[in-house]
This record gives sequence, structure tokens and C-alpha cells, in this order.
Amino acid sequence: MALITDNKKIGNGIYLLEVEGRFKGSPGQFYMIQVAETYPLLSRPISIFELTGNKLKFLYRIAGEGTRLLSEKKGGECIGLRGPYGNGYPSVKGKIAVVGGGMGAAPLYETCKRLKEHPDITAVDLYLGFSEEIILKNEWEKVCSSFFYDIGGMITKHVDVADYDAVLACGPDIMMKKLTETGKKHGKKVYVSIESRMGCGIGACLSCSCKTANGNKKVCKDGPVFLGVEIYDL
Amino acid sequence: MTCDLSVKFNYLDFKNPVVAASGTFGFGEEYSRIYDVGILGGICTKGLTLEPKEGNNGIRLWETPMGVLNSIGMENPGIEAFIKNELPKMKKWDTRIIANIGGAAEEEYILASEMLNNADLDMIELNISCPNVREGCMAFGMKEKSAGELVEKIKHTSRHPVIVKLTPNAENIVRVAEACEAAGADGISLINTVKAMAVDIKERKAVFENIYAGLSGPAIKPIALRMVHEVCKAVSIPVIGIGGIMNWKDAMEFIMAGAHLIQIGTANFVNPEAGKKIVSGMKDYMEKEGIKNLDEIRGII
Ligand SMILES: Cc1cc2nc3c(=O)[nH]c(=O)nc-3n(C[C@H](O)[C@H](O)[C@H](O)COP(=O)(O)O)c2cc1C
Repeated sequence: MALITDNKKIGNGIYLLEVEGRFKGSPGQFYMIQVAETYPLLSRPISIFELTGNKLKFLYRIAGEGTRLLSEKKGGECIGLRGPYGNGYPSVKGKIAVVGGGMGAAPLYETCKRLKEHPDITAVDLYLGFSEEIILKNEWEKVCSSFFYDIGGMITKHVDVADYDAVLACGPDIMMKKLTETGKKHGKKVYVSIESRMGCGIGACLSCSCKTANGNKKVCKDGPVFLGVEIYDL
Repeated sequence: MTCDLSVKFNYLDFKNPVVAASGTFGFGEEYSRIYDVGILGGICTKGLTLEPKEGNNGIRLWETPMGVLNSIGMENPGIEAFIKNELPKMKKWDTRIIANIGGAAEEEYILASEMLNNADLDMIELNISCPNVREGCMAFGMKEKSAGELVEKIKHTSRHPVIVKLTPNAENIVRVAEACEAAGADGISLINTVKAMAVDIKERKAVFENIYAGLSGPAIKPIALRMVHEVCKAVSIPVIGIGGIMNWKDAMEFIMAGAHLIQIGTANFVNPEAGKKIVSGMKDYMEKEGIKNLDEIRGII
């Protein structure tokens, strides 16, 4: 159980949840959030937005019953939390492009923050694409070397993949597929974080099994981050 | 007072009646990082087939009020890889190991059970009840004739005790249970998931590629309990009760309905420590009620 310290609406159906406690985790990993003990039954996998000291934040959108109930929770109430689960983004070097689409922006905040602090990283350029509105407009610049965003267009058009040592992405399949293809052409590694319906969240139930170039993998345990070519170059 | 949770299931002793259900516990490894799975009475493996299986395409899991629909489609590494890679790890835990086997055709079941003869297992659970594969499996469990014939053949090949896992979708589950007993089954487990479906009205399509899937969780418990009760009255071999067991109270209901052991499935997803909590909850209840052994209350209804 974790104590909610804040849960505020920051966009159309989009919320920022903050809980207090002693947490671990690295960028790209997720927690299983249990809204109630009885209903809904399953926990929801939500990736780490930010982790500082004893505060853990999650950026989420109301997508169904579970997240709707979560959005009704107030500071002072408790939720069930298990994790961190999943592999998270690998360590990279040099000049990095971080690319997100829609709610795919969620795991990229902590990702950029950690990259920016890392001595092996020369630059962290963040590109975010949104369909209607930009979320947390004033926050992103703080955690990267340069920030570019776009509303209603194709964010991939603005990323010169050849100019980077590696690309870390999270967003719609078409976006991550496009980045993977360009990355392959220029011999650059593109890491993608994929989304899937999960049951147990720990690798036992095979609900989130996905086809990869190296056979079936479990998104919750082997992922959610994979090399783009493993997923899209089949 | 010291209460004894152990159960004699035919000739096998189980230290307690709580067994992890097939397909919800992998091969135990993931859960062993969360608690000592050796405290369980037993673990049923993920459904195994002769050859490795990739499972179904499309959405595999869908939540519904107080239940879960799944269409995993028996993704598994195959019997050979199970014996080589998974079983040795499972043997480290002090618990009974039950291999759940499925197949599309009779021949597959026979070969699978033959291959398992050299493996160090406690029991085989014959899965004739999975609704998520196109051929075989549940087809065998729908009628008493096909179920009885298959069980007879497996009893002939297997050196392990054979329990048969039944489907609530059977024409008459009590008759199927009786046919399995007559064919020599060492026990019965029930129920597997209930054939069900979901529709995505936005897409105007069935959620699952196979259209139908299997429903589990609290939503099916009252039906499972009724079926376990009916089967326990009809057969003299021991029964494992399964279906929507979320806590020790649910577990006690199945014991009172006549089950020797119980299996927990979906509960493992809701709380990965469910198995551990149910074992300790049952113990506390027995101590409080002065029940020395589960025999005192088993089948009292
Ligand atoms: C994701 C999932 C996978 C399952 N896979 C299998 C399987 O491989 N073999 C099998 O006999 N039963 C399988 N089952 C059925 C369970 O073992 C159990 O019979 C059923 O879920 C009812 O119990 P529950 O309500 O406690 O989950 C599966 C169930 C779920 C939810």
C-alpha cells in the first residue's frame, strides 16, 4: 500500500499521481497499481514518470474502469503498488534522441532526467508529439538539452536519426516502427517501449506475450523495452 | 491446539490443500521471487503440449466485472524443454509438482504422457478442458465417451497418478466425472474456465481472434462450487476444487462442498501472495474453530 499525496488533473482525461514511500526503479520500468481490493480485479501497469527521494509520480490517462477509479482517488487515500517491474531502458552513450508520442511521453521524463545527469551522455534531445494538447508544457525543458514538440503532426519528421548515437522511444506503433526503419538504415540503435494488456505483471500468465525476431517474449518481464528491430523487423 | 492441514490425496500426501492452478503460475519461478512457493501444497505447471506452442494472436486477456477472460492458447515450451529447463528448478521447492498436459489429438496426449514417465513428477493433470485451442483439448471433455476413452489410454501409458481436469462446458459434467473414474482416473479437478465472449462495440468486433475465450475469477465461483459439490457426491476418487477462489474463506467453502484440495488461479494475478495468504488463513481458521484435520469438515454439506 502507498499513500497518495497528490492526484491532479493536468489535461483532458490526463492525471499526475504522486505517492509517498520508499521506492526503487529505473526509467522505463513500471509499477502495478491496484486501485481497490475487490474491483477491478487486476492491477494496471503504469510506468514511472518521476522518482525523487520519497516521491514517486505517475502520468496516466483514463483509459478504462481502473484508471477512471484511480482518477477519483484523493490525497490521503491509499492504493496498492507493486514493482518496479520490467527491464527499463538500457544504458546508452553519446548524443541521444528521446522520442515520445501521446501518453508515450510518460516514461520519458525520468529517462531524460537520468540521461542528462550521466557523464557518458553529451546531449539529450527530447521530441514529443501530441494529438490535441501538450501536457506539462513547462516541465520538459528542465530535463533535456533541447526540447521540441508538435501537435497534430508526425513527430518522426523532425527527428534526424542519423545525427544521434541512439534513440529511445515510446509511443504509437507507427511512430516507433518508423524510427526503427530509419535507425536501421543509418546503423543506429533504436529502443522502443511497447504497451500490452497484462495480467500478472511478472511474467507468469503470458497475456502480454509478443512475437519478436527472437521468439515470443513477455512484455512485462523481458520488456517493455526492446530493440526496435526485434519487434518491427520481422 | 495443533491443527493439521495435510491432505491425503489417494496415496500422495500434500502438506496443505492449496495448489497453484495451471496457467496462472508459470513454472513457479516468478512467484518464487515474491514468496517461498515451497509453502504451497503443490504447483500445477502451465499447460504443456508435446511440441512447443506459440499461443494465440491478438488480445489474450480482457477484464470483466469480477472476472477475467483469457485466450492464451496454451503457449508453452513443449514437454522436452519443460523436463530439461523448468522441472529441475521446480524440484528445488518442497512442494508437489503436477504437470498439466493438453493436446489437439489423442496421439499427442499419449506421447506427452509417455515422455513424462521418466520425469520426476507427482501427478499428471489431464487437461481436457481448455476452451482456447481450435482442436482437441476441451473437445475431449465435452462428452463422457471421449473423456473416458482418453483417460483409459493415458492410465495405460502413464506411470504417474492421473487426475482429469474437467470443463464446466461439458454436456453433463457429473457423467464425465463418472466416466473418468470408471476409466481409472486417480482424481478429478474442476473447473477449468467457462467458455465466454466479449465484444468491442467501438470496433464492432469480437475482442478475441478466436471469438470465444475462457472466463475465470470470482464471477464463476458459485457455479464452480455447485459443480464440485455434485461431482464429489457422484465419485469416490478425490476431487480438486477450482474456480474463483480468492481467499481462505472461499477455499473452506470448497472443502465443505467435498474437495480434497483446492487450486487458485486468477487470485495469483490479483495478489501474487494469494497462495501464501490462503494457507495461513486456513490455518488460523482451523485453530480458532478447533478443527484438527480437514477431514472433520470435508463434504459436510
Ligand atoms: C491466464 C490463464 C491461463 C490458463 N491456462 C491454463 C492452462 O494452461 N491449463 C489449464 O488446465 N488451465 C488453465 N487455466 C485455467 C485455470 O487453471 C483455472 O482452472 C481457471 O482459471 C479457474 O480458476 P480461477 O477462477 O481461480 O482462475 C488458465 C487460466 C487463466 C486465467
